[in-house]
Amino acid sequence: MDLDALYQEIILDHYKRPHHAGLREPYDTETHHVNPTCGDEITLRVHLSGDTVSDVSYDAEGCSISQASASVMSDLVIGKTVPEAMGLHEDFVALMQSRGAVEPDEDHLDNPLEDRLEDGIAFAGVAKFPARIKCALLGWMAWKDAVAQATRKETP
Amino acid sequence: MPSDDRPMSTPMSTPMNTPMSTERTEAVTTLDVARIRGDFPILSRRLADDHPLVYLDSANTSQKPRQVIDALRDHYALHNANVARAMHQLGAEATAAYEGARDAIAGFIGAPSRDEVVFAKNASEALNLAANVLAWADGDLRVGPGDEVVITEMEHHSNIVPWQLLCQRTGATLRWFGLTDEGRLDLSNIDDLINERTKVVSLVWVSNMLGTVNPVTEIASRAKQAGALTVVDASQAVPQLPVDVSTLGADLVAFTGHKLLGPTGIGVLWGRYDLLAQLPPFLGGGEMIATVAMERSTYAPPPSRFEAGTPPIAQAVGLGAAVDYLSGVGMEAVAAREQEITAYALKRLAEVPGIRILGPTEAIDRGGAVSFVVDGVHPHDVSQVLDSRGVAVRAGHHCAKPAHARFGAQSSVRASAYLYTLEEEIDALVEGLEHTRSYFGVA
Repeated sequence: MDLDALYQEIILDHYKRPHHAGLREPYDTETHHVNPTCGDEITLRVHLSGDTVSDVSYDAEGCSISQASASVMSDLVIGKTVPEAMGLHEDFVALMQSRGAVEPDEDHLDNPLEDRLEDGIAFAGVAKFPARIKCALLGWMAWKDAVAQATRKETP
Repeated sequence: MPSDDRPMSTPMSTPMNTPMSTERTEAVTTLDVARIRGDFPILSRRLADDHPLVYLDSANTSQKPRQVIDALRDHYALHNANVARAMHQLGAEATAAYEGARDAIAGFIGAPSRDEVVFAKNASEALNLAANVLAWADGDLRVGPGDEVVITEMEHHSNIVPWQLLCQRTGATLRWFGLTDEGRLDLSNIDDLINERTKVVSLVWVSNMLGTVNPVTEIASRAKQAGALTVVDASQAVPQLPVDVSTLGADLVAFTGHKLLGPTGIGVLWGRYDLLAQLPPFLGGGEMIATVAMERSTYAPPPSRFEAGTPPIAQAVGLGAAVDYLSGVGMEAVAAREQEITAYALKRLAEVPGIRILGPTEAIDRGGAVSFVVDGVHPHDVSQVLDSRGVAVRAGHHCAKPAHARFGAQSSVRASAYLYTLEEEIDALVEGLEHTRSYFGVA
């Protein structure tokens, strides 16, 4: 069992020094998600400026995978438009469902998955450990929920 | 806690699949762990990278001896039919096997009557059965507005949520015993908690997280003085301790089969017969009735009243084989061994730096589940590294979130031994923990 495939250096770095951690103002919506199996939890805030994700802040308690994933996710989505960030969310979910076999991204040779997901590609190894996929998705799910609520708020 | 000098219960049925041809004696025999392990095929499994399985998750579910696996296979291969309602030969065989399992379990737990043993699908269902029929009961038994239900902070969620639901639905008030820093029940306010408004006291006998063995008989006696019923979650107790419900003092006792060497899908609610006879049905359906007309029905006496529909027949037969196996080994010996291996685990874990045990750190009034946190490494990550070395433990809140919160932990790692656990396996755990600390750079 290749532990190092799961605990990539990039993941452990994000775990030890998480980016964008801590709850900040201003924000539009706040969500709280838990993994009912293990009790891992995250409180996450999203601030939108027009169509742009201008800030994501969070307070998370959980394992290295869930913590590092929230850190990588915030790096990726801050500064992106909501549709771009939602696309990255879909990419990450697809990566988690790949069972560890990431296919060459023929459709996007100019911008392949590993470029789009940046540090997030380090989570490819997590897909081989089914029990840990929920950990990697916890922050993303909280973010998606927060954005959905923020977008609903804006629509009169 | 039962006293050590009381006689062992004798099964009403003859044990068919005993692992050792020992004469039953009062003296506690020492377990031949190596020989017992030979009865458990899964224990010779090798996992990824050819690591031998080190199974330290028995509080989650126990492994199954060949005798139980054979009983299940033989039932399906040779005797399968529905019970009670099939009039043919196979129906008679299946019914005899199912009711024989009830006899074996009644004997194993010291039930004065076989009719006090109600089969359910697991301990959760048994506890939900108890909570629901107490909401629907007539007269004094009914829990209603102004009544109080008392539980404890160390309960498994399955002995918290059914009582929360009961209280929400009836207007009763839920109260609970707190815990001491050592992980034992704080009984200092027992006079306040158990009072004339108390209708039910429901508590765990052996904690699945802290390992604590609670003074069930003492608390049940206080409950009785106050006119309250005592319900006991014995899911971790029946596998580990000699149990005699006739002297325990409890009114209802729930446990599950799969932690007791038996199959999943079978649990037991034991109840005093006169109490069961006063309680209304839980689920309605086949075989729980006396007669049915379009306008109304009348109900069968216990235990059938509480066993609607086709029951888990093969699973009951498997559980019967499991308790026969344990009777053959001797529960006094199982308890003594559990004490011995737990003391060893506590001693070895104390040698690993950065480990904090949640629960009693001495093997006194303590079951075999040992939960702990490792400074600087999340329990998930600990269990992942251990798993890569073939060591199976549980990581998470073990369905005991309030008890974790009490000790300031979101989750923990839990190692739990059983009669087949070797000292070498505890050593493998300790080596794995040392490796984990160095892998995550906290050593």
